Amino acid sequence: MAEEAEQPTVATVEEPFDLVRLSLDEKIYVKMRNDRELRGRLHAYDQHLNMILGDAEETVTTVEIDDETYEEIYKSTKRTIPMLFVRGDGVILISPPMRANVG
Amino acid sequence: MLFYSFFKSLVGKDVVVELKNDLSIHGTLHSVDQFLNIKLTDISVTDPDRYPHMLSVKNCFIRGSVVRYIQLPADECDTQLLQDTARKEASQNKKK
Repeated sequence: MAEEAEQPTVATVEEPFDLVRLSLDEKIYVKMRNDRELRGRLHAYDQHLNMILGDAEETVTTVEIDDETYEEIYKSTKRTIPMLFVRGDGVILISPPMRANVG
Repeated sequence: MLFYSFFKSLVGKDVVVELKNDLSIHGTLHSVDQFLNIKLTDISVTDPDRYPHMLSVKNCFIRGSVVRYIQLPADECDTQLLQDTARKEASQNKKK
């Protein structure tokens, strides 16, 4: 810690929050409670994982049971919000910047 | 304190607060406290057919813990300032 005190923004991951800090201004994936997912640019966060996401795309997945075949039908509804504050208590996980092969 | 200060800077602006029970309330941000409880004035519910009992409500206090999202006016958000402040707070929390 002592040798890094002069360069606090050095790109090392010592604790989980460093991963979030290094994702600032990057597009991240956030899994939320109630089958909600968010993709957006991380502009701010705090220790509760409250966040502000820019150009956030929310995907809500709902399951319906077909009356006759009892098949589970997954429906996802998407919407985009230009600037979104997300309360941290609904967050399940955050995944750092998306590369071309995921998301 | 980042978000508390941020929301204080948004007082007077229009926001949409989405609650954990799916109720979305559009209104003018009147005030905010450290728990991110918020007061809205001149509110309207985005889906009045589903929540007709909210039609007569003009102002409200929302407990911070029931909020899921707050949709913000993008042009009022200084994203560079937000990121810089988030980095600053992150390094402060490390020193503790």
